[in-house]
Amino acid sequence: MGKKSQVIEREEVVIRFSGDSGDGMQLTGTLFSDTAALFGNDLSTFPDYPAEIRAPQGTVGGVSGFQVHLGHSEINTPGDFSDVLVAMNPAAIKANAKWIKRGGTVIYDKDNFTVKNIEKAGYEKDPIEEEKLDHCIIIDAPISSMVKEALKDYGLDPKSVLRTKNMFALGMVYWLFDRKLKYTEEYFDKKFQNKPGIAEANKVALRTGYYYAETIEALSPVYKILPAEIAKGTYRNINGNTATAWGLLAAAEKSGLGLFIGSYPITPATGILEELAARKDLGVKSFQAEDEIAGICTSLGASFAGKLAVTSTSGPGLALKSEAIGLAVMAELPIVIINVQRGGPSTGLPTKTEQADLMQALYGRNGECPVVVLAASTPSDCFHFGFEAARIALEHMTPVMLLSDSYLANGTEPWRIPSMKDLPKINPPFADKNDKPFHPYHRDCEKLARSWAIPGTPGLEHRIGGLEKTAKGNVSYVPENHEMMVNVREEKVQRVANEIPDLKVYGESTGDLLVIGWGGSYGYLITAVRELQSEGYRVSLVNFNYIYPLPKNVKKVFKGFKKRVVAELNLGQFANYLRIKHQEFTYDQINKVQGIPFTINDIKEKCIKMLEGM
Amino acid sequence: MEETIVNKYTPKDFKSDQEVRWCPGCGDHAVLSSVQRALPDLGIPKEKFVFISGIGCSSRFPYYMDTYGFHSIHGRASAIASGVKTANPDLSVWQITGDGDALAIGGNHFIHVIRRNIDINIILFNNEIYGLTKGQYSPTSTKGIITKTSPFGTIEEPFSVGELVIGAKGKFFARTIDTNISLSTQIYTEAAKHKGTSVIEVLQNCVIFNDGIHDTVADKEVRDDRTLILKHGQPMIFGKNSDKGLILDGLKLKVVKIGEKGITEKNIIVHDATESNPGIQYMLANMRYPEFPVALGVIRSVEGITYDNAMQEQISEIKKTAKIKCMDDLLMHGSTWKVE
Repeated sequence: MGKKSQVIEREEVVIRFSGDSGDGMQLTGTLFSDTAALFGNDLSTFPDYPAEIRAPQGTVGGVSGFQVHLGHSEINTPGDFSDVLVAMNPAAIKANAKWIKRGGTVIYDKDNFTVKNIEKAGYEKDPIEEEKLDHCIIIDAPISSMVKEALKDYGLDPKSVLRTKNMFALGMVYWLFDRKLKYTEEYFDKKFQNKPGIAEANKVALRTGYYYAETIEALSPVYKILPAEIAKGTYRNINGNTATAWGLLAAAEKSGLGLFIGSYPITPATGILEELAARKDLGVKSFQAEDEIAGICTSLGASFAGKLAVTSTSGPGLALKSEAIGLAVMAELPIVIINVQRGGPSTGLPTKTEQADLMQALYGRNGECPVVVLAASTPSDCFHFGFEAARIALEHMTPVMLLSDSYLANGTEPWRIPSMKDLPKINPPFADKNDKPFHPYHRDCEKLARSWAIPGTPGLEHRIGGLEKTAKGNVSYVPENHEMMVNVREEKVQRVANEIPDLKVYGESTGDLLVIGWGGSYGYLITAVRELQSEGYRVSLVNFNYIYPLPKNVKKVFKGFKKRVVAELNLGQFANYLRIKHQEFTYDQINKVQGIPFTINDIKEKCIKMLEGM
Repeated sequence: MEETIVNKYTPKDFKSDQEVRWCPGCGDHAVLSSVQRALPDLGIPKEKFVFISGIGCSSRFPYYMDTYGFHSIHGRASAIASGVKTANPDLSVWQITGDGDALAIGGNHFIHVIRRNIDINIILFNNEIYGLTKGQYSPTSTKGIITKTSPFGTIEEPFSVGELVIGAKGKFFARTIDTNISLSTQIYTEAAKHKGTSVIEVLQNCVIFNDGIHDTVADKEVRDDRTLILKHGQPMIFGKNSDKGLILDGLKLKVVKIGEKGITEKNIIVHDATESNPGIQYMLANMRYPEFPVALGVIRSVEGITYDNAMQEQISEIKKTAKIKCMDDLLMHGSTWKVE
């Protein structure tokens, strides 16, 4: 074991693994994050992959990346610029060059920098030189030939040998960050239980990479990131889609209802359907429908039959579900609609993130058609809001739309595992079996929720549907009745505000500037605002999770600041919404619509400009 | 078993307090009445019946039934009914739909519910016209028909319901005429007993926009000669004097007269609704007057695994050996670490 010449202690560091879609970068990134998490670092990850499953090899369009941000202190975003870039081919340099920090480290597979690949990536001769990366520490490792050499006696075909390249690179990164190989080795033993040859080959590649880095140590500093100070408890890494699915499962358990999901696969929401389809052990009924419409309609049928009903989708799918959401509003049936937002309109940027479905969620239906709208703000709090969406739907007899986004869905972070005993019981307003004759639109005075009579209950037979009804449930075209019912349905949703938490201010409750965010941009906003605060600016943050209805203390909070700026990944939808709901204030905007999250600098620079202009 | 614990119902028990608003003379009245006659004897408690409909004249049906009912949106009844039945296989789920609702806007859901073989009963009112929107052609309208949206005649081929059902791997298909209450009642009963998706095409008359469309076969004067009421295990004989029948001529069906050219009853083919190969049933479903009589009765009734049961069984099977039995198990499974 050689000595490590230069050790740099860092609060936080960002690493990006990048290569062809087929290079296994997602797995490499995941294994690295799991090892970091086990070590006790706080972290946040984000995969960035193309919409094409296998775009032409070696092209920029086919580059798949995985970014990990780990730290000794609280980490709220996957990071903007990377300290270390692992590039498996020239295209990976092309795709990431502008995201490398000054003085960062670039590790690349020299063997893959052939004339052909260099040209394919759009370079003339030398990608490093052409990108002016001479400020970086460059490690040009002959990764392909090293794994070929290391595995020559293992009897594997050349393809399988080259498939271990990513593990060689991972081994190098482990050395760079002084991490142990144990977790990753165990992963291979388990994953390839029945293929010990493959497990061994991956382990050999991993170790060879590690020792190679050790041998060439002088080329790079070793980063040391101490474990983070985090609350006691049991932790796991979780992404937003899994957390959402689990939140719904938790709600099913707490309400005593079976969970039914009717959905159609759509990026980036499919993970929710996949996770729930795997949960037959918890009795989930998952129905992969013939289309988006059937997804929500089967769910609505299941809701009518007395289940906790869910449908998951992304923007284009939500458009198809609109009419059925209207039916759910009219029939006053509980249903959770999850919209994992992606870049739009139309097919747009299917694998990228955006917050541009807000108006669609709020208003994208015919008639006066209110639904409760919630938005999760971190991968792990998708659990809480999945649960909360189901609770509100079931207790208030209303559709609830939960907005997530591609960034939350695929991003991961460590999550302190809750105990089920700490979650509240959910109490749907089931009709009393003696409540005869049953009037489907008879409602309780407090929440205005109608009572729920489940088919199979003797004596409570009744009819509901999309036509306007009287309180007794009879079809009615009487003008005054329609207006009354429209008002009641609206008021029912408004009353949800009686039980949602107050808007929380991060920072002082008065100041020069209030940064306003909603949903998934929380991580970037909180990081930027905290940095501004530490630089002495009088800035605070609010991040909305309850969109419709809004929390009751909005006005009180907004009043405390000289200026308000709404930062969101669209052209200003939430800002415009606030202009309708809280006309007494003016709002500045920070917007970005590039399919990627904000950077901390995006936010800071614009805030400073506003503050300096005051 | 169940019958002993179930109240004895009468058709009246299934009538809701709502005034029936279909046009006087509409075929829907007769369908409602046939269904209300069929349900009491099924041995199913009343609270387990659920009627789901889409949009169209026939889709008002659930309001007139004193059962659980859901009048939904255009074309989606198959999907909603699929959700109801999958969520609770213990219910007896009926879908009420029309030729536009099921075969145009709802075509996708219609073929997929059949493919999955979800145990619901679909009554498809086929009047070959859009009634509720006042007289536009439908996917079953005869080619060339003049309607409000085809003032020069349609230029598209119609669907044949039976053909579509069989093409979608359907296991139960029957056909009846709205006004033939005894045949209809019998068919609804058989459909209810069949495990799997049952599709019943009702040749239904729209008295306002397509009056008499089925008269060439449905009229009392001529129907015995122009329809063939199929009975499983019985020879395919029809006609006022029961003197006509079907034989297989090569690979095709052919109408013959019994007693002529040496044809006897023995030559007439026997109906087998339970044959899984749909070849003959397909030809029967597609018979059109005047070349053939129109087939009525249960044309196809084949046993198969239902989706709703299969899902239930898969869940119970997996639960038996599952390590995760509750949410706390799920939350703690896999790789976790402790911070102390």
